[in-house]
Amino acid sequence: MRGKAKEMTPEVTWQEITPGGTIYEPGNAEGYKTGDWRSMRPVWIEEKCTQCMLCPPVCPDTAIPVKDSKRLDFDYDHCKGCGVCFKVCPFDAIDFIKEEDKEE
Amino acid sequence: MSIRERLSGNEAIAVAMRQINPDVVAAFPITPSTEIPQYFSQFVSNGQVQTEFVAVESEHSAMSACIGAQAAGARTMTATSANGLALMWEMLYIASAMKLPITLSCVNRALSGPLNIHNDHSDSMGARDSGWIQLYSETNQEAYDNLLQAIRIAEHKDVQLPVMVCQDGFITSHAVENIELLEDEKVKEFVGEYKPDHYLLNHKEPIAVGPLDLPAHCFEHKREQAQSMINAKKVILEVAKEFEKLTGRKYEYFEKYNLDDAEIAIVIINSSAGTAKTVVDKLRDNGIKAGLLKIRMFRPFPADEIAEALKNVKALAVMDKAESYSAIGGPVGAEVKSALYGKADGIKVLNYIYGLGGRDVRADDIEEVYNSLMDIVKTGQIGEIYRYVGVRG
Repeated sequence: MRGKAKEMTPEVTWQEITPGGTIYEPGNAEGYKTGDWRSMRPVWIEEKCTQCMLCPPVCPDTAIPVKDSKRLDFDYDHCKGCGVCFKVCPFDAIDFIKEEDKEE
Repeated sequence: MSIRERLSGNEAIAVAMRQINPDVVAAFPITPSTEIPQYFSQFVSNGQVQTEFVAVESEHSAMSACIGAQAAGARTMTATSANGLALMWEMLYIASAMKLPITLSCVNRALSGPLNIHNDHSDSMGARDSGWIQLYSETNQEAYDNLLQAIRIAEHKDVQLPVMVCQDGFITSHAVENIELLEDEKVKEFVGEYKPDHYLLNHKEPIAVGPLDLPAHCFEHKREQAQSMINAKKVILEVAKEFEKLTGRKYEYFEKYNLDDAEIAIVIINSSAGTAKTVVDKLRDNGIKAGLLKIRMFRPFPADEIAEALKNVKALAVMDKAESYSAIGGPVGAEVKSALYGKADGIKVLNYIYGLGGRDVRADDIEEVYNSLMDIVKTGQIGEIYRYVGVRG
């Protein structure tokens, strides 16, 4: 029987799959890239950011990484584009644009 | 030596639960099953069980709490009736799909509307496709025995499915009858300890339960779930054999009553089987070859075995204490006819709806059904196959 997320390939048979879909390891949400659902995109304007730390805790997808008490750029693999960080920022340091208008 | 007692069906279930001493019971009161959590909460307050009793705010919450607790690794039980079962609906499917061996005592009551608190089978019959094993009980003794066996069936490694043990509201649940109970130690030994391979509170193996299951895998999971129901057939008989050794009481998929040489027979579920047996006795006294098949296990459905048991019958009436509004009959009728197709063709089969909303089912009603079967055998004419008995007009 296959029990780890990476073993649940598109080829896994019903005889090998785990009952009820249980995955016998934690932290599997990280492996599922939800960023491609995004239609709106937050953009971090670093020069305006005061590192006030209001945005990281409101992100429902933990898509604002924090290191040494400072936020880094968005994790676009997991950001779904909900815009809560844009709403909460008091310094206009987060822009919120259509995904198709992003600068390549 | 077993213990002779006098208990109602609800008391019998509550006593079984005390003897099982589950880790968690989450329940919400609804007539006629209210007494089960009521008696059980007294056992909790008295310190007779070590169970965590969760007094929830609805049946949806009751089943949700059961799912959470069972996934955490706790042996979990609940009880409900009618609209309570209906309010659990979406969670019933989740419990079975997550392969959680929860046990539920369903005290059968008419599902509203019109608003009615009395017995029929519309509640559990509506849940027949929810992936739960369903065992039906004619008496308080059978309800007690079925619940003890349900724990073993549900938790078996080849099954891991929730089990619903049904009995008739008021008729069985509130009528006090003689019963033989097992000693507490024997029940404890019979049900054993719940030892799941994987559970949420196991700190040595963190797991994810109930994850998103998209088209690449969901189909395989449903097939695996279906296999568990297929496997349950064998396990139900194995557990019954072990139970028989312990108690002397024999359980199978169904009970045959004077069926082997019967020319006319009825298929029936739960307490009305008792009424029907007295009619069979009377007919037999008059030289009429009448028989009866009482279904105990409705899910999984013992199709091949039922076809085999009924193959020599000339005319058959399948009794349904629930409508399915298919305009051709009830749920038991559909299953039995489907079972007979290609295996026992040529039997003339009527499907009767009876006893809805707690309408008293008298011996006369059952005799009327057998009389119709006799007419069919005599004349060869079957007439309308979708019939009601006991309704005015």
